[in-house]
Amino acid sequence: MLPDSKVPAGPLADKWDRHRFELKLVNPANRKKYDIIVVGTGLAGASAAASLGELGYNVKNFCIQDSPRRAHSIAAQGGINASKNYSNDGDSTWRLFYDTIKGGDFRAREANVYRLAQLSENIIDQCVAQGVPFARDYGGLLDNRSFGGAQVARTFYARGQTGQQLLLGAYSALMRQVSEGKVKLYARREMLDLVIVDGKARGIVVRNLITGELESYSAHAVVLATGGYGNAYFLSTNAMSSNVTAAFRAYRKGAFFANPSFTQIHPTCIPVHGLHQSKLTLMSESLRNDGRVWVPKEPGDKRVPEKIPESERDYYLERKYPSFGNLVPRDVASRNAKEQCDLGKGVGETGLAVYLDFAEAIKRDGKNVIEAKYGNLFEMYEKITGENPYVTPMKIYPAVHYTMGGLWVDYNLMTNVEGLFALGEANFSDHGANRLGASALMQGLADGYFIAPYTISGYLGSNTIKSIDTSHPAFDQSRKEISEQVSRFLSIQGKQTVNQFHRRLGKILWDYCGIAKDEAGLSKALGMIRDLRKEFYKDVYVPGEGADFNQSLENAGRVADFMELAELMVLDALNRKESCGCHLNTAYLTEENEPLRDDENFALVAAWEYTGEDKEPVFHKESLTFENVELTQRSYK
Amino acid sequence: MTKNINLTLKVWRQNRSRPKGGFEIYNAKDISTDMSFLEMLDVVNENLIVEKKEPIAFDHDCREGICGTCGAVVDGQAHGPQKETTLCQLHMRHFKNNETIVIEPWRARAFPVVKDLVVDRGALDEIIAAGGYISAKTGGPQDANNILIGKEIADEAFNAAACIGCGACVAACPNASAMLFVGAKISHLGLLPQGRPEAKKRVMSMVRAMDRLGFGNCSNETECEIQCPKAISIKNIARMNRDFVKASVS
Ligand SMILES: Cc1cc2nc3c(=O)[nH]c(=O)nc-3n(C[C@H](O)[C@H](O)[C@H](O)COP(=O)(O)OP(=O)(O)OC[C@H]3O[C@@H](n4cnc5c(N)ncnc54)[C@H](O)[C@@H]3O)c2cc1C
Ligand code: FES
Repeated sequence: MLPDSKVPAGPLADKWDRHRFELKLVNPANRKKYDIIVVGTGLAGASAAASLGELGYNVKNFCIQDSPRRAHSIAAQGGINASKNYSNDGDSTWRLFYDTIKGGDFRAREANVYRLAQLSENIIDQCVAQGVPFARDYGGLLDNRSFGGAQVARTFYARGQTGQQLLLGAYSALMRQVSEGKVKLYARREMLDLVIVDGKARGIVVRNLITGELESYSAHAVVLATGGYGNAYFLSTNAMSSNVTAAFRAYRKGAFFANPSFTQIHPTCIPVHGLHQSKLTLMSESLRNDGRVWVPKEPGDKRVPEKIPESERDYYLERKYPSFGNLVPRDVASRNAKEQCDLGKGVGETGLAVYLDFAEAIKRDGKNVIEAKYGNLFEMYEKITGENPYVTPMKIYPAVHYTMGGLWVDYNLMTNVEGLFALGEANFSDHGANRLGASALMQGLADGYFIAPYTISGYLGSNTIKSIDTSHPAFDQSRKEISEQVSRFLSIQGKQTVNQFHRRLGKILWDYCGIAKDEAGLSKALGMIRDLRKEFYKDVYVPGEGADFNQSLENAGRVADFMELAELMVLDALNRKESCGCHLNTAYLTEENEPLRDDENFALVAAWEYTGEDKEPVFHKESLTFENVELTQRSYK
Repeated sequence: MTKNINLTLKVWRQNRSRPKGGFEIYNAKDISTDMSFLEMLDVVNENLIVEKKEPIAFDHDCREGICGTCGAVVDGQAHGPQKETTLCQLHMRHFKNNETIVIEPWRARAFPVVKDLVVDRGALDEIIAAGGYISAKTGGPQDANNILIGKEIADEAFNAAACIGCGACVAACPNASAMLFVGAKISHLGLLPQGRPEAKKRVMSMVRAMDRLGFGNCSNETECEIQCPKAISIKNIARMNRDFVKASVS
């Protein structure tokens, strides 16, 4: 059974206030009696751990990297949204709420999204107080820019390194709590199981990545802020260690996984250049503020871009979407890039790229202005491709970037497993079927600084949670299962490397569960994934030992989980017989080739329940009701 | 232009069963010049695994030059020969066919080797915990635009805040000093009005932590600045020293 989503009653604008008042509190003197595990030190995890520590709880905070500051959030480039309306261009809480829910193609909960928009302003205040050096104008005020899917400038940024600066802010708040003894840090630990006792999340088992030892930790509540699973596709913009393992193992223990097929494919990434490639690099969407996207009008035109005259270029986004132009939402931009390449108009050696051209902006504003805005991105582009984007247009192509799907959570960000919370990209909550740019950072920090501290207190204050420690047999059982899995990987002694399997899995997902899907392809993918998984357990070779620093072994566990997740993603895609946001099934298109929603049957969250290895998961549905916005056909024309 | 090159790698191998460590030689054949240095190591590792040998352990994560996880001393230079470039952003087009490349871990007393090229940089986190923050509680701050910060100051603070904490400065310094790392944080926070109230306490505790954790002193070799992948300026060390002296006498 899917539990109630616990969305409070009352007018949209009052829900959160009222809910906060109704949530139980924990007396300051009693807080030290509670242990809270936070897995993850990205924006969501670090902000939650720091804020919970500050309240007086004992926090144990885990991450895979050697330092909490290296979590994947560090790589976010473009910016963070907030409805401050500093630009005086008509922004408001309501507009940010509306843009986000519309951008998500009406597949998110109204109440969650509204709360996010409300909290956005506090985030900026909080970050500035911590010393985050956001961009400023000459008068000393904060500067803003606009991002895809919005017609107002509400994005705050720190050059092209916004994620870095926000994470360093959260990290510094975290380290302050570490020095005060309220947070204990466990770096280079990978959570491999969730421990449930009497129906409540009570701990985790982790592998110490240096020694290979399995360690148990108990707590009164467990928070997963373990990021997204875009790496299921092998090539993505995510950091190499981003994975689904923590969330997936919670799923195996009973937490529902929501909308697993909702994957965002980002339009502006550096195109794939060879077989050895290990990841894809994002070129921030903010570039679309000044860059113009185009392809040659004639298919197969192989001239260098400078030789193609204006009249023979097709600025297809500006042509098709005159009011948003190059700033259409990501799903629209990605789909159109693929469409142009499918028509044979793609550029570059592979034909799988389109131009992003800054010539006009440089002529208009001068090279200095463009350099001040995007210098580090241009540099990165040149380092990777050997081409200078000040002189010749960038080549870009869509790449897997963000996963809107994740663990199902209620309004309190608690999963259906009591005491298990999911924050940040690891949950499914706010972005529906498509996330707008600069809103993941906003969500991660809203969850961690301003929501979870209240709702977790509410949970602790209204439940009696008996004392247990890691001697409880449930921990032994988890450790036993994990060591069996480790031995299994090491004993297969096959011929293929973990990476070889991962690459093949990624290709299946990209080909059949990517920018455009159809039923035949998805069904085919399902079989291919199942076969690949069988082959993996027969023929993978994992070198080294379990009781050692062993990166191949770490990877084997992650890829094994990605393979099972991939099946779930495909099932979910098959199940959703409509198109919405990033989920494009070619059988459901409007006359203008835009995604055609079926609000009557699919205005819902698909929440999947695990029922055992090789068994079909059970589908649960949360119907979405819209009381405050009208469900319209998204149009960016 | 893409082409393929062959290389000889001399790589430091060390693990718990061989606490002393030593160099081993590997051939890296048919390396596309489009690859990054880490992708080149991936190829070498895939071949080692297929030959049932243990791959070379190295740290990495974002592969975009921002997380500060990667790093090795390549031909005597932290992060290799390209200026202002992390190892993950170093591309093979900067190497010549048949070249021999020497690859070693960061070497510093404060950074014990975990395995091969992987070291423990936890000491840098300890320095931050000693005071590398502004004590702003969650909730209740004033509006972000209430305190104006001039663009020049904001930009200067940003330049210092761009440090990725990779530890290259420590590896590059003959004294294994962490002063560039600490100086950058002191500047970032101390330049901003929000960070002024705690400035004295901060510099004292961070410098003490640095000494306690076994980092060396600065003798003006400037190697840290030269090898820093983010071009953090040694002016930050001067600012830290000034602040430290001021804090000590007051
Ligand atoms: C290149 C790039 C640019 C982006 N730019 C923007 C942008 O400009 N604006 C925006 O809003 N969003 C952007 N995003 C999206 C945004 O960065 C992420 O969605 C967000 O940072 C996720 O934060 P998080 O805290 O949920 O997770 P993460 O930052 O991914 O952190 C996950 C944490 O969990 C830990 N972890 C994971 N699994 C385990 C495990 N099994 N055991 C222990 N620990 C574990 C990791 O060690 C890490 O600490 C960008 C994303 C990418 C890839
Ligand atoms: S891997 Fe992140 S900086 Fe190199």
